[in-house]
Order: sequence, then C-alpha cells, then structure tokens
Amino acid sequence: MKHTRIVITGIGLTAPNGNSLEEFRRSLLGGVSGVETIDVRYMGRHPAGVCHFDPLRHQKKKELRVGTRAGSISIYCAREAMADSRLDFTNTSTDRVGIYIGCTEHGNVETENEVYAISKFGYDTKFWSHYHNPRTVANNPAGEVSLNLGITGPAYTIGAACAAGNLGLIHATQMLRLGEVDVAICGGVSESIHTFGIFAGFKSQGALAAHVDPKQASRPFDRDRNGIVVSEGGCLYTLERLEDAIKRNAKIYGEIAGYCVNSDASDYVLPNPTRQAECVRRAITNAQIESKDVDIVNTHATATPQGDIQECEAIRAVFGEGCPTTSINNTKSFIGHTMGAAGALELAGNLPAFTDSIVHPTINVQNLDPLCDLPGLVLNAPKRVSKVDTILNNSFGMLGINSTLIVCKYVA
Amino acid sequence: MTNDETKKAVLDIIADIAPDEDLSNLKSDLRLRDQVQLDSMDFLDIVMELRKRHGIEVPEAEYGKLASLDSCAEYLTPKFNALEAKR
Repeated sequence: MKHTRIVITGIGLTAPNGNSLEEFRRSLLGGVSGVETIDVRYMGRHPAGVCHFDPLRHQKKKELRVGTRAGSISIYCAREAMADSRLDFTNTSTDRVGIYIGCTEHGNVETENEVYAISKFGYDTKFWSHYHNPRTVANNPAGEVSLNLGITGPAYTIGAACAAGNLGLIHATQMLRLGEVDVAICGGVSESIHTFGIFAGFKSQGALAAHVDPKQASRPFDRDRNGIVVSEGGCLYTLERLEDAIKRNAKIYGEIAGYCVNSDASDYVLPNPTRQAECVRRAITNAQIESKDVDIVNTHATATPQGDIQECEAIRAVFGEGCPTTSINNTKSFIGHTMGAAGALELAGNLPAFTDSIVHPTINVQNLDPLCDLPGLVLNAPKRVSKVDTILNNSFGMLGINSTLIVCKYVA
Repeated sequence: MTNDETKKAVLDIIADIAPDEDLSNLKSDLRLRDQVQLDSMDFLDIVMELRKRHGIEVPEAEYGKLASLDSCAEYLTPKFNALEAKR
C-alpha cells in the first residue's frame, strides 16, 4: 500500500544542552553534557537535566503563573517550530492544525506542589488551588499550546510512557494521512524533574543514577552505569503532507518513512527484547527497507543495568553482523532521560546527519559492558560516515510499550 | 489598619496575580475588571491570597464587594481590624 508522503518542515526544541536544533547539535558533536545537580524536594541533591530556555520569549508572566512547566515547554517548542517552518495562518485555517504532544505522565508536579502547599496550612483543603484541575488534566500541555497560538483544531496529549515522543510524531503522521488536519504540531515534552515522585520511584526501583560528577551520571552501555538521570525537555515538529510542503516551498528536514508501535504484554517495568526486536523489524518492513539500509540507530538505552542489555539483545537480533554501515548511538548519555520528550528530542539531534554525515556518539563509556558491545556503536567521539540516508529511532516505555520511528532523507 | 493600607494589601495581591499589568494609575472608585485584565479565576486568586496571607475569608455571596479598590477598602478594612483586635 502506497502511503501519503509526510515530511518534517519545522523543529522547535529545548534540551538540557541546547535551546535550538543548532545549539543541541553543536553540543552533541562537541561532547557537551547538559546534566547538572539539583535539589529534589525531600530527597536532597541529584543529577538532572534542566532546560534553560527563556519562557518569557513566548509567554506573558501571567501565563507562566497560571500554566504548567509542561505547558511552558510545549509553547516554547511549538512557537519555535512554527517560526522555523515559516508556516503562518494566513493560508492555513487554524482549525486544520492538530497538536499532538506525547507525555510520559502529567499532573504529578502540580499535585505534589498542592499537597506541599496545604501542608503549610495544616492540610486544610480550602487552601488547595482552583487551578489544580486545569493544570493536571492530561491534555494540559497541548491545551496550553492551543490557547497560546489560537489554534482551534484537535489538541491533545498522547500518554505512552517514555515512548511518547515517537508516538506524537506517529499519531500526527496518521492524522495527516487520514486528512484530519493539514498541519500537525507534534512530538513530546517532559516536566519530570519538578516531581520528586519520579526520582523517588526510580530510587526505590534501584534505577536512579548517582555519580559525583553529574555530567558523567548518564552512562548507557558503560559497565559502571547505575541508572536513569531524570530530565526535562521538549521537542515539537511541524509535519505536513509532502505536496503541501512543496507547494509553499518549505524547508524539508526529512520524511517519515515507517514506524511501529507494539506492546510487550509481559511485565510492568522489565523490557522484553523479543517484542522490541519485533517492533524494530516491523518498522523496517513498514518503511519498505532492509535493516542494512539503516545508517543510524538511536537507541533508547537509559543506563539501567538490565534495560541496556535487553535493548542491545534486540538490536543485535535485527542488525547483527550483516549491517556493516549501520552506526549505533545514544543521546541520553548527554541529556539524561527526557521521558516523554525523549523520542522526539533524540530524533532531532540526529537529523542534521542527513546533511553533515556525522554520527554523534554515546559519551561516558569508559569501560564498555561486553553485553552491550554492538557492531557499529559510536563511542565517545563523533564519527564521519560516507552518507546518512536513514535514521531509526527507538523509544520504549513502562507497561511494555515499544515504538520505532524511521525517518529518511528527503529525496524528491 | 487604614483604608489606604487595605488598598495597598489588595494591590500587592493583584500585582502578583496580574504581573503584566501596569497598576500605577488605577482609579480606586472604578471597577478593577474595567481597568485590569482579571477573569473569574483571578478573582478566586484574590480571595485565596486574602485567605493565605491575611487569614481573611470572603464568602462567595460577598465577592461583589471586591469590585473596586474603594469597595475592597470599605469591606475589608473592618475585617483586617477585627483580626488585629483578636491578636
């Protein structure tokens, strides 16, 4: 079946090591980590990825006071993506624009803040904010973008644990192909560092990273990795049908080539390499390519002792020794785990490889875990290759959700 | 507490609720909503902040008494003073 071609025409992002694609890419090629140490309520100091964009660039102070951090990140990314795409609403009706934002979770930050706030008043709920409900509804980040940009088309979030960033793009592709919208603003965001619960949860699981140097705390594939660095971030794209993008002479970053979403159906938290491999294979089939055609595999690996090994097992099963030109890297080593933003951000960091033919590395690998030793792994320094035409992006999440998204260099 | 002090307490709250607004030329006899962009949620904020900062309760039926700075002063100053007398 021949699909309607969908292309990426704009990118807006904020990562712990860059507030634009240009800054982000420069950090990834320069080995610059964005992880620092923050105070986490009740828990003391922990490594975390913090974004340092200027929220007042696109929001009034009142919007910041009323809205959420996830909303603010979303608005920044959406506005930057719209500007980058050079789309305007003179030729596109606002009701034909869809906003699809992936989130790992939403609402924990505000609920924790309110419980903390009423603790100062003897837990009297009459001090509970009347903003709590609009701040914690699951569609909040997308709704805030709709309010800020005056977009009247469908605007909602997609809950898909840490696969959510990919899901934002995949869902947008589907909606464009169905003709439901003409433009999609899509991707993923995370405000996770503002909730102690996520730190405490990973700590209780034995999966929270710790290191004296925060910049070395996120170390996928390294023998001494000890868990996840929790990070905030966001990355939203503008997606359009190819014919519409060509009509307005838009810049095209790449084309959505294929994807797959499946489920492990085996455990709440433990990944399942068989299902992960199945997800990757089905995405490759969906893209009508072969595994040897993939030039970059951006791994999901979060630096948990078991999870990295299992993803490597899945990748080995699909790519093995028969893909000599396939490079494998990891972005979380620079920015930690940006949760709902991870899939979207990590894809963005690799897209410039279509033009510069450089694969950014996985940093912080001082002693490669032999169980993570994959052919093509790019360690600690960027690697120049002859060409990059196809990028495969893995994002997996709790409750066994797997997603693989493949983006190809645009060829007319 | 004087009426002017009450007005200042209310203005301090409004400055936090509407941080983008210029409050320097507010007319105290005119409705606040005609001079500052305040919606119904913002008015709930004023009620909440009076509760949090000053321990003053404004029943829903009396929200209308917060319409202008003058009406705020007339309504709230006795409440401030009653609280002060209790301390």
